[in-house]
Amino acid sequence: MSELKATRDGFGEALVELGKTNDNVIVLSADLTASTRANWFRDKYPERFVDFGVAEQDMISTAAGFALCGKIPFACTFGIFASGRAWDQIRVSVCYMNLNVKIAGTHGGISVGPDGASHQALEEVTLMRVLPNMTVIVPCDSEEARRATLAAASHPGPVYLRLGREPFPVITEYKGPFKIGEAVVLRDGTDLSIVANGIMVHEALKAHDELKKQGIAARVINLPTVKPMDKEKIIKAATQTGAIVTAEEHTVVGGMGSAVAEVLSENYPVPVKMVGMKDRFGESGDALELMKYFGLTCEGIVKSALEVLKLKK
Amino acid sequence: MDRPKPEELKKIAKEVRKDVLRMLAEAGSGHTSGSLSCVDIIVTLYYYKLQYDPKNMKWADRDRFVLSKGHTCPPLYAVLGRRGFFPCGELMNLRKRGSILQGHASLLTPGCEASTGSLGQGLSIANGIALAGRLDKRDYRVYCLIGDGEQDEGQIWEAAMTSAHYKIDNLCLIVDYNRQQIDGWTSDVMNLEPIKDKWAAFGWNVIEINGHDFKELMDAFDKAELVKGKPSVIIAHTVKGKGVSFIEKNSVAYHGTAIKKADLDKALKEIEEGD
Repeated sequence: MSELKATRDGFGEALVELGKTNDNVIVLSADLTASTRANWFRDKYPERFVDFGVAEQDMISTAAGFALCGKIPFACTFGIFASGRAWDQIRVSVCYMNLNVKIAGTHGGISVGPDGASHQALEEVTLMRVLPNMTVIVPCDSEEARRATLAAASHPGPVYLRLGREPFPVITEYKGPFKIGEAVVLRDGTDLSIVANGIMVHEALKAHDELKKQGIAARVINLPTVKPMDKEKIIKAATQTGAIVTAEEHTVVGGMGSAVAEVLSENYPVPVKMVGMKDRFGESGDALELMKYFGLTCEGIVKSALEVLKLKK
Repeated sequence: MDRPKPEELKKIAKEVRKDVLRMLAEAGSGHTSGSLSCVDIIVTLYYYKLQYDPKNMKWADRDRFVLSKGHTCPPLYAVLGRRGFFPCGELMNLRKRGSILQGHASLLTPGCEASTGSLGQGLSIANGIALAGRLDKRDYRVYCLIGDGEQDEGQIWEAAMTSAHYKIDNLCLIVDYNRQQIDGWTSDVMNLEPIKDKWAAFGWNVIEINGHDFKELMDAFDKAELVKGKPSVIIAHTVKGKGVSFIEKNSVAYHGTAIKKADLDKALKEIEEGD
């Protein structure tokens, strides 16, 4: 069994690394400093840390001001408050000016669990990817989150990092720096492709093994960067396997699955099935229990895989 | 900068008002009355207070001005043009496709420090610039102009708390208090009073002046600079549409409307002959 660790932890570790290596990195927080792991940076580099209290809009526009002066601010709060509450600030203060602001939204997805629907961010990828200049990254485990955070700091322009609260298995190993915009083929296959990100990558790998038992060879693609999309690998998956299942811990409305479908419909249309939240709010419950209830599991992916194969010509 | 005589600034402001009216008439759309109310504030900043160099626009130690009420960009553009950030010939391209002069303040304009237009965001941006200056041990100052109706935005008060909490004293905020917003008088739409008490209660040093009196404006900026340990706000009482009688009388109607070309000569004459 691999180590269990939350993506927010990998993010927190990277912030501390950046504190050491890059004087321009500063961290901004909206009261949830321990929850986002921004406290790890704050405790080491207090002079480069600013708390705004519960004021996400002020935090984001202030981050823009810092970025105008050459700083690399990481603004940290829960995903829904970052992407939703401060959306207009991200649009005008950050993206319109194409500033070097990094936004870390922790507590993304249904796996937030008992806090319930108000805190379960299911819309951030949609909200962020519609903004010009924005890069959107959904790491699959804490190691990828750590590497993606380091990459975000060296990438000029706005970046949104979607991070989770719950510890999940660490499934990637360090294999060089994270490349923004690159999808990674984790398992090869010819019958269909499963494109997943976030904690659904782990479920996709399990689905691969399950489908193999049934004689079905599924390619598994980890797609951490939703925007800009690795179109080449997605189109290649469509041409070589002829059917796609997407899997995200997020609404299917405008999320990663939609982004993949947009690329396919314009380039190489093949049947697509989306695993994700089906245009509804979450509810309180244990993280794993909720994942199962809403079909965000290996079983859910396998079911969609069998369905999409029937649509394949 | 040497302290100019108030009459010199008044003369420059007249020219800027004329630029603004010509630009808006040519554009055929834009925000006339709120542009005229803040001309004197912007002229005082760029002809007296701010340290900057149009030949070295990104000079790290320059003072910064953030126009949070981004819809009243014409006087800023006119002043930036006159100060040499770009050729004044560009002014007539306001709001046209491909122009460096967008309908709301934007970084596309040389010398413009921030893109704004969605109200309420500029003070937070100014706080960030001021805090970055503190971190880098630079002694530049940051100025930010907001509208009075803009104070309806909750973010202004979030930012006001941040400025006071972090004792951001290299920051000076100016409120263009012309008492009107697009729906009417601020006292009818959303009462702001007692505005001086509000800012004081938020921990700010408050200075109240006539926003069309250049001596008061210069004095206020100088006084604000001397106050340490807290941010300063200048509540500048202004007249919406200042300088053109028929715009002053219909200032609400002229909030989001450009002066018509047919009325331009009359307006320019009033500015020329006015006080």
